[in-house]
Amino acid sequence: MTPFVRHSGRVAPLDKADVDTDQIIPKQFLKRIERTGFGEFLFFDWRKDPNFVLNRPEYEGASILVTGPNFGCGSSREHAPWALQDYGFRAVIAPSFSDIFQANCLKIGLLPVQLPEATVRELMGAGDVTVDLDRQVVSADGVDHRFEIDEFSRINIMEGLDEIGLTVRQESAIAAFEEKRPDWMPALG
Amino acid sequence: MPKTLASKLWDSHVVRQAPGEPDLLYIDLHLVHEVTSPQAFEGLRLAGRRVRRPDLTLATMDHNIATSRAEAPDEISQLQMRTLEENCSAAGIRLYGVGSRHQGIVHIIGPELGLTQPGMTIVCGDSHTSTHGALGALAFGIGTSEVEHVLATQTLPQRRPKDLAITVDGDLPLGVVAKDVALGIISKIGVAGGRGHLVEYRGSTIRDLSLEGRLTVCNMTIEGGARAGMVAPDDTTFAYLEGRQFAPRGAAWEQALDHWRALVTDEGAAFDHEVVIDAGGLEPYVSWGTNPGQSVPVTGRVPEPASETDERALRYMALKAGTAIQDISLDRVFIGSCTNARLEDLRLAAAVVEGRHVHPKVRAMVVPGSMSVRAAAEAEGLDRVFLEAGFEWREAGCSMCLGMNPDILQPGERCASTSNRNFEGRQGAGGRTHLVSPPMAAAAAIAGHLVDIREFEGGAG
Ligand code: SF4
Repeated sequence: MTPFVRHSGRVAPLDKADVDTDQIIPKQFLKRIERTGFGEFLFFDWRKDPNFVLNRPEYEGASILVTGPNFGCGSSREHAPWALQDYGFRAVIAPSFSDIFQANCLKIGLLPVQLPEATVRELMGAGDVTVDLDRQVVSADGVDHRFEIDEFSRINIMEGLDEIGLTVRQESAIAAFEEKRPDWMPALG
Repeated sequence: MPKTLASKLWDSHVVRQAPGEPDLLYIDLHLVHEVTSPQAFEGLRLAGRRVRRPDLTLATMDHNIATSRAEAPDEISQLQMRTLEENCSAAGIRLYGVGSRHQGIVHIIGPELGLTQPGMTIVCGDSHTSTHGALGALAFGIGTSEVEHVLATQTLPQRRPKDLAITVDGDLPLGVVAKDVALGIISKIGVAGGRGHLVEYRGSTIRDLSLEGRLTVCNMTIEGGARAGMVAPDDTTFAYLEGRQFAPRGAAWEQALDHWRALVTDEGAAFDHEVVIDAGGLEPYVSWGTNPGQSVPVTGRVPEPASETDERALRYMALKAGTAIQDISLDRVFIGSCTNARLEDLRLAAAVVEGRHVHPKVRAMVVPGSMSVRAAAEAEGLDRVFLEAGFEWREAGCSMCLGMNPDILQPGERCASTSNRNFEGRQGAGGRTHLVSPPMAAAAAIAGHLVDIREFEGGAG
């Protein structure tokens, strides 16, 4: 996972609700067996429109996507956050995220920042902003907007911790649980 | 304290609980397919980790697979499938791949093999894992990093979502089937309505559904924004399971039954939210837009756009507000997917097409959800009904539900589809999808346009 503590960058506003992961990265690119290289296919179909936000010169080099509610709905494909990250985005700011998309982002260190809709609207026109995970604020034009994130995820992302490694330490608890599983549960042995 | 079904399932799988941390849940069954697993296996290798419980892991190939085994998948697809084979054989994971009589869409084969059982936790790198909740399991989709976590540890750290009860009561009107219940729910709660919740489907309508119908309803839980949907197990569930390959037998069956019968929401248990739907008010639904919440009854018209999202959807779908749904003509019909490609679905569709012929301008295909469904349908002669009516009869896979294989819509083509997503480009770039039930898709194939199954001669059976 890519650690995230603080990042300043340009905002790209994508003013749409319910953006699904099929739009973020269409199916024809899911055949690759690598984790990298998805950035060039990000929003593949929408990028055919010369006016699409990522094609506009004023948003070149943007590293913070600001978008509408329920971002990342639909398919569970982690290729969507991979594509956003590979393209150069470090954080996505939205009024809400789909459950699976948000979980996937937290695993790879692409920071999902949830803020009230009115604040998100403001930030869409902000130009440059700073996202500070340590202080839990997004700063734009000298104003701090506080956001909530659960403490466990916050620390994991700031330190870039390997979550599997943390769980592996619970081996004895896992083994004890397995002892008590009913034997009629199916196994493919 | 009285507990919800979801709480019982959750609490009985907590390996470790610590203040401020997500609960560590044990996973009883991990389903794996070719698209969302290669990077997870690669991650394990890089970290020098092994698959902890290959015996609780099952792999199949479904997303990429050609639905005519005579067609060779493209090279990248082949590499992805080969990679799954190699990963499974190295880890000792059972794989139902190309050529296996058990191969099929991952969410079809779990229940069909009797691997999906009440009281289990089931995950898969696929959002429609919610399907398995129909048997009273806690089942949800995960991303590839989580797939890696489960492969390595057979557990997953998760925060407990809230509880949402969706109660559907009453008899379903003639011509209204499980798919319409799902679309009716989503058009009521919206595509984000279930976000952050575990859904329990309750009420007499749900109780009266067949197990296959419940699978359809739970399948589309994710389209309403919730990660998991479930139905408390009952005699319908037990009758479905008994005798299946991986179902317990003999004394173990009796023990399991005792345990399963307790898997109900206790009297007086509280849900965080509740939605009540009157089955009598449901109709056959058709989606008009580019998300499953944009659906109306087949008797309706394309609505006036209420938002920018609606306007964009109308443009993409090349539809005008006010157009009668039944005036929308079609180029393609797809009967398939993990939503609606079980035997019951194919029977419902076959009953409509029997003795009729697909409209000359429509290309229609049936893609059974698994090779077992295909074999069972052929044993009943359903393949002949479809073939004689002019449908293509394909081999099992996800096919045109997402078009990773050659089964895709051409730009501008319009399709009535029994699948679950009508997103832009879902069935092929520029393709336009109308989500419907299997009988509605069958009737539309014959008529050449969307049509009300209740007025289709003999169609509502
Ligand atoms: S049939 Fe469609 S929705 Fe179901 S698993 Fe396959 S691609 Fe996903």
